[in-house]
Amino acid sequence: MIGEIVITALIYLAAFFLFVGSLGLAKLPSLMQRLHGPTKATTLGIGSLLIASMLYFLLERGSLSIHELLITTFLFLTAPVTALMVANAHILRDTRDRKKLPPTGSAIGWAVIDGPPAEPSEQD
Amino acid sequence: MLKRLVPHPLLTLLIVVVWILLNGVSWGSALLGLVLGVAIPRFTSAYWPDRPRIRSPLMIVEYAAIVLWDIVVANFQVAYLILFRRGDTLRSRFVTVPLDLKTPEAITALAGTITMTPGTVSADLSGDGRALLVHCLETHDPEATVAAIKSRYETRLQRIFET
Amino acid sequence: MIATASMVSLIAIGAAMLLNLYRLLVGPDTPTRVLALDTLTINAIALVVLAGIFYDTTIYFEAALLFAMVGFLTTVAYCKYMLRGNVME
Repeated sequence: MIGEIVITALIYLAAFFLFVGSLGLAKLPSLMQRLHGPTKATTLGIGSLLIASMLYFLLERGSLSIHELLITTFLFLTAPVTALMVANAHILRDTRDRKKLPPTGSAIGWAVIDGPPAEPSEQD
Repeated sequence: MLKRLVPHPLLTLLIVVVWILLNGVSWGSALLGLVLGVAIPRFTSAYWPDRPRIRSPLMIVEYAAIVLWDIVVANFQVAYLILFRRGDTLRSRFVTVPLDLKTPEAITALAGTITMTPGTVSADLSGDGRALLVHCLETHDPEATVAAIKSRYETRLQRIFET
Repeated sequence: MIATASMVSLIAIGAAMLLNLYRLLVGPDTPTRVLALDTLTINAIALVVLAGIFYDTTIYFEAALLFAMVGFLTTVAYCKYMLRGNVME
């Protein structure tokens, strides 16, 4: 009974966060702001949904299924990479936003725009 | 001899565990996983010349707990901002986080953590790897945000990967 | 109780996917469209897992895992194309 309540709560929580993440993507005005919605809300959404699924098959069916853990780990590892690459593409393509970037604090600029400094030992 | 056969023991262990989780617990999948776990690091070791060094493995548990808690808190904060604020009234801006970390693994971990936690997304690294470009969704005080990132995550990562 | 929750959540995720589709069609620039596609994939994973709970079967998890991997690779390939002009280096 308690397990059922916990599973239901987790499913509702997941649906709420997935919806809010997509709402942020549709509602916010600039790309860098839109990036915040999916990267955060969807990870907790997917995370709690997969925990709910694990609990469901463990408590209701009595069988432990571990595939959910793999999916969760995979999504948590790949979400930052996706966000970083979309942000990189945005900075490279949007010349207005590029002027608003803060300085790096050293002589060498940001990697997307100026590229990494030339290393003589490494042939590319 | 052992070092040449198993250049990355942790990677081997990871491949075996993931293979067993994917294909079910049995002797056959364990054996095939072990074969793959030895073969893949062996053939890709040319691209991974040195092993990442972890100084204090126990700190990882504490760090993971802190990050997981922050992810949950961050989700509620961002959900509140998305639902109840108009997009053009948010004070979003880029900030520069100067880095004290040196090793690539530690910087990768920090960038990933920043993306997953309160209202911040890491957007780029400077060419020399000494500063991280971070976008904040809502911030009154950029210096406080930078200081929070440095004290909460960077010092812990420094203790895990460097000393 | 769980069946009702799954039904309501299926509707919510469907609405979320419609919002992604809106952003995919309207999106002013290419990175926005890539981000919308990525979010659409994540919502599709949620839909598959939820269908697994609803129909009480575990055979859908392989599909969810494949969605996660292919979705990530697609996004990375698109971003690589935007950053470098070609996918392979």
